[in-house]
Amino acid sequence: MSTAVDAGQHAEAGHSHEAHPSYLQHHFDNPQQQEGAAKLGMWLFLATELLMFSGLFLAYFYMRSQYPDMVQEYHEHLNKWLGGLNTVFLITSSFTMAMAVRAAQIGKPRQSASMLLITIVFAIGFMVVKYFEYSAKIEHGLLPGDLFAEHVAGGVQSGWYGGPQLFFGIYFLMTGLHGLHVVIGIGLLFWIYLKTKRGAFSGNYYTPVENVGLYWHLVDLIWIFLFPLLYLVK
Amino acid sequence: MATTTVEGATTAHDHSEDVDFYRSSRGIKSWLLTLDHKRIGLMYLAGVLLAFFAAGLIAIIFRAELLTPQIDLLAPATEGGATVGRELFNKLFTLHGAMMVFVFIIPAIPAALGNFLLPLMLGAKDVAFPRLNLLSFYVWLVGTSILVVAVLVGQLDTGWTFYTPYSTSTHGAAPVILAVTGAFVLGFSSILTGLNFVVTVHKMRAPGLTWNRMPLMIWALYSTAVIQILATPVLAITLLLLIFENTFNVGIFNPAMGGDPVLFQHFFWFYSHPAVYIMILPGFGVISEVIAIHSRKHIFGYKAIALSSVSIAIISFLVWGHHMFVSGQSEFASALFSFLTFAVAVPTAIKVFSWVATLYGGSIAFTTPMLYGLIFIFTFTIGGLTGLYLGTLSTDVHFHDSYFVVAHFHYVMMGGTVIAFIAGLHHWFPKMFGKMYNETHGKIGAVLVFIGFNLTFFSQFLLGANGMPRRYAEYDPHFQPLHVASSIGSFILAAGLMWIAIYLVRALISGPKATANPWGGASLEWATTSPPITHNFHDTPHVDSDPYNFPEIDHSIKTGHH
Repeated sequence: MSTAVDAGQHAEAGHSHEAHPSYLQHHFDNPQQQEGAAKLGMWLFLATELLMFSGLFLAYFYMRSQYPDMVQEYHEHLNKWLGGLNTVFLITSSFTMAMAVRAAQIGKPRQSASMLLITIVFAIGFMVVKYFEYSAKIEHGLLPGDLFAEHVAGGVQSGWYGGPQLFFGIYFLMTGLHGLHVVIGIGLLFWIYLKTKRGAFSGNYYTPVENVGLYWHLVDLIWIFLFPLLYLVK
Repeated sequence: MATTTVEGATTAHDHSEDVDFYRSSRGIKSWLLTLDHKRIGLMYLAGVLLAFFAAGLIAIIFRAELLTPQIDLLAPATEGGATVGRELFNKLFTLHGAMMVFVFIIPAIPAALGNFLLPLMLGAKDVAFPRLNLLSFYVWLVGTSILVVAVLVGQLDTGWTFYTPYSTSTHGAAPVILAVTGAFVLGFSSILTGLNFVVTVHKMRAPGLTWNRMPLMIWALYSTAVIQILATPVLAITLLLLIFENTFNVGIFNPAMGGDPVLFQHFFWFYSHPAVYIMILPGFGVISEVIAIHSRKHIFGYKAIALSSVSIAIISFLVWGHHMFVSGQSEFASALFSFLTFAVAVPTAIKVFSWVATLYGGSIAFTTPMLYGLIFIFTFTIGGLTGLYLGTLSTDVHFHDSYFVVAHFHYVMMGGTVIAFIAGLHHWFPKMFGKMYNETHGKIGAVLVFIGFNLTFFSQFLLGANGMPRRYAEYDPHFQPLHVASSIGSFILAAGLMWIAIYLVRALISGPKATANPWGGASLEWATTSPPITHNFHDTPHVDSDPYNFPEIDHSIKTGHH
């Protein structure tokens, strides 16, 4: 990295006639351009995320239209209360995230930091609940495809056709990919929290906080769809 | 940077302003960790050319096999050698297709030429996210490595489309998982580049460079980037589902377990049809630049060409079902997809007519880039029109899975995109490397490529129309004359491409120095030095006219020299 960075800094030193804020990268003309680019980039990234999950939703609806009775029967094995608790966790964390962005915007980094910390706590809470949910599934052998254990779940292992193996396949793929996003979100939130603590943001510059916020709301939003589709089928 | 300080502190500043991006910093590390879009573009260029060479070589091997109706070249002379030969043949065309599509054509123009040109044409210092740009290159490198290992080590013989249920059968499982992972990773590289380009076009344009003053190359790269962003995530999830299916036997696509193999085709082509336009749209952009500049005439129908790129991008999402006319999808769906497929021909024809109208009355210079531009119009038109045969339900049933399809998409991909890529490479070669190649050598190369290409693939139209199915190592002897013609054509084509490689490398080493604007172009990349400085422009350029205003430019070049 060093050489490229040196070259960049050198060139910037050459152009030192303007007072560039420290957060402004050398290839942007002004902070507005940098902020606009970062935000547009984030929205486009969220669009790719939505499209990626849309494929899974399509797979889900395909399964549900082909095997409605199977889905109806096996979704009962999911714990509505734990799923509901996680929904509460994520919605609350979205609220605290919005508070953190607002605090950063009006130049209150300490308040922003504590809101971020609360968000992280809820996010970790979500993963803890998820751990218990997954453990229960593994214990009962309610798993995708060949992993589905017949001895604990009632003898549909061999020669199955449109069975619960498919339901739990879709379940683990959707919640697993979502869970991965939560884990990445925790990392991002922690990174933003540390930067906020270090005083990297001000009322003039808080784009990273806002962008992580956008990401976190998307993670929340996807769960809002996953929860009723998987846990509350009627 | 060390080089500039040697000359003394007072001159260091001015000197660093004038040094081109090759000499601004040295050493392998300054390339591998660079954030400069030009260096990243050149690393991509080296990578995709290597992939093109490898995948092309494979094609030459199986074309040599197809010289005779029996399997001989690939089969060892032992008991059961024929089976070994057939399996090898399947692996070879799979590797050829997967490498050409995922590793070469998709990144060829956008990631290699586009990376170099986009910020230059916009008058920007760099793309919006330089780090993401470098990451995208390394992701591409990782994806490519996985894909190559999968085919070399494993027994991947599914073709580049990974169709289920064959790809989920136990025979194919392990190598399919690996290869699909490679394609999955390559998809992320494509998404990152697309995202970067869209933001760059929106936010990094120089003052005065309005949307209607952007070079058509930018419009094409922009439309491509939009498809990359919107389609590739669907491929990602499709491949993830396929990996999941293969690993755990879930039964999403496997009919034996209640899954649906046609569902995979829907998923796959929802990405892969738009991906066809990821491959061809940047080619349209190159040709728009080349035709206008080398005929010294304002491009005809600027807005029509620009908006036809965007409309092709939109329609491309609605035609995937034309790959599945014989898959058992509903007749109503097939009819609808067939109609929508014809709709794509409209904006495409608008482009071709506009290029021809640009040529009309222009002061055409038969430079090497222009020759490729003209070849493009010829071959791409054949490729496009034969696409209509395949989009028509009644004829497609007969042409499906025959050499006619192979010939059609090679006329579009090779005769279209690759010819445009070569045109662009010659057009911007002076800008990228600051050297000129020999024009006569260039023309000889263009003639060889033109003859070789048409001989190779026009024979395949005839083969397909006569009923020769694709993907077979052996064939009925009465097909032999056309197969021999096709193989000889491919050898001429390969010789032409090698010829180009040789004179371009010679030009790099000992070619005469190129001026800043050898063709008299009016877009911003010609306003800076050849090769450009690290930050592209000494001062942010201001734009007050459109990029095809040549008479004015002619004048300013003359006065500039005196």
